[in-house]
Amino acid sequence: MKNLLISALLILSASAAFAGNITIKGSDTMVRLGQRWAEEYMKIHKDVTLQVSGGGSGTGIAALINGGTDICQASRDMKLQEYANAESKGIKIHKVAVALDGIAVFVNEANPIKELSLEQLRGIYTGSITNWKEVGGPSHIIIVYGRENSSGTYAYFKEYVLKNEDYADATQTLPGTAAVVNAVGQDKFGIGYGGLAWSKGVKALAVKKDEKTPGVEPSMETVINATYPISRELYWFFNGAPSGELKDFLNWALSADGQKIAEETDYVPLPKEKAESSTIK
Amino acid sequence: MKPRVSGNLFPAPALYEMEVEKYSFKKKSRIKEFVGEKFIAANALTALVVILLIFIFIFKETIPILTSPEVKKEASISRMTFKQEFYPKRDPKWSWQPNSDVPKYSLLPLFLGTLKAALVAMLFAVPLGVGAAIYSSEFAPRRLREIIKPVIELLAGIPSVVLGFFALIVLATWLQNSFGLTYRLNALNAGIALGITVVPVIFTVAEDAMTAIPRSLRQAAIALGANPWQVTFTMVLPAALPGIAAGIVLGFGRAIGETMIVLMASGNAAIVSGSLTDSIRTFSATIAAEMAEVVFGSPHYNVLFFIGTLLFIFTFIINLGGDYILLRMRERIQGKTK
Repeated sequence: MKNLLISALLILSASAAFAGNITIKGSDTMVRLGQRWAEEYMKIHKDVTLQVSGGGSGTGIAALINGGTDICQASRDMKLQEYANAESKGIKIHKVAVALDGIAVFVNEANPIKELSLEQLRGIYTGSITNWKEVGGPSHIIIVYGRENSSGTYAYFKEYVLKNEDYADATQTLPGTAAVVNAVGQDKFGIGYGGLAWSKGVKALAVKKDEKTPGVEPSMETVINATYPISRELYWFFNGAPSGELKDFLNWALSADGQKIAEETDYVPLPKEKAESSTIK
Repeated sequence: MKPRVSGNLFPAPALYEMEVEKYSFKKKSRIKEFVGEKFIAANALTALVVILLIFIFIFKETIPILTSPEVKKEASISRMTFKQEFYPKRDPKWSWQPNSDVPKYSLLPLFLGTLKAALVAMLFAVPLGVGAAIYSSEFAPRRLREIIKPVIELLAGIPSVVLGFFALIVLATWLQNSFGLTYRLNALNAGIALGITVVPVIFTVAEDAMTAIPRSLRQAAIALGANPWQVTFTMVLPAALPGIAAGIVLGFGRAIGETMIVLMASGNAAIVSGSLTDSIRTFSATIAAEMAEVVFGSPHYNVLFFIGTLLFIFTFIINLGGDYILLRMRERIQGKTK
């Protein structure tokens, strides 16, 4: 009975998808980018309706596998378990990188610290470093803010900065980078992380790969030339290679117009060769 | 093991058994009455059936915790309750980290967090709610009473997400600046916002309980020479105590189940600590935050449904208890029992 219901819903949503209606779900980091792209695209193509929502990369991937969305935005790659789930449902995942992003580490503007090394960041977020004075700041407990475990940013940070160790139990988890930025902006001794596009109102620290290399500030240039240590690709996942309206939308997003809009929204555009190689002819 | 939904826990009170006398002998109206009666009965039964089905569905998804060995390796009942040595050579501890190489499902931090938030909410709401009820039913002039009652009940209509937003942006900053708290988002912050939702619940029930005390009791006290203060605190309040207790119990049930406020304003950090100014993570916020992305059928999924079952059972028992106290109180006033 449940399978019958699910297949009925899938058929309905599939038929809805090809009626000029495109649903985009997933990463909260990318939701602003998706919305700007949707707005601009709908201005040019008045017969297409695009609906963008967030919920976290994990939510978007689950929706793609369950047939609840056409495009899944994700700020991380899919896990092996998720690829396996898709295989078992007969879905062939098509992955396209559509923009780049740097994960900035934020502190309050009143905090004197200007840079941290990856090692120190790992110590702070796994709970082995608990006081600002251990990294050269004032003597006070570090208030650690992070994201919920459905977030792609959470997963990426865990894999690349924490080297798959657990976050400290005392990490306060907030829904969305905007909430993290808001919290750090109001908390003098807070630290948080999030997409580069959201760093208004707080100070983004320079990050050192190790003690010897100089700290690199997160910005468009340092992410594109890969000198900023915590940078990543932002993906769109499709159910099979996109065709029809989905293909047109994807090609438009990868084109010079689409990438320019990404840059205006404070996301980092793809290098030209990469964008061209991903475009579907 | 399915719990009994009804039955011998609370004996069916005489109040609800009524003999229906069929006065009409005309065949057509007898059929109409029969159909009408059965239709209304079906509606009532539907509500009961829906509750039962919800419970069955939620409980069905937690069965692997009790039966499947792979799930039990990660998340058996004992693993969720006691300190676990997750890594060899490190101290055993309680930890909630479902997305990890070694998934950790200790429920104690979540349980403590839920209790702390509810405790702060009750400490804030009980004096306010009961005090307002006493003033409104005993001391307020009639016109003021007719304003106070609907206004406080309006508080109940504020969406919880609005209160959560208020606590996150305004209350947290004010609390941190006034009391010099280390953590901006903590149990105190979420608890006070929770208390605001609980005040109308306590007020309504307590106030109804006090106005239901018969006038003759108050008149007897006055006749014996008591002043209004003494009438209230030595006669009316003790008589209405079961009703006030029921209000408190129902408010507690509300505080335990509330989700949006704690999700936004409590910091969501699953730690085991006694301090009310530390961040907390509650059962309801855990389900809300993690259910959307959990892999269908995984141990994490089963544990989340287990938490849902626990919440369902807690609030069901609490609400049942509160309603039962109210029922007995009503019967006592009507003279049906002692």
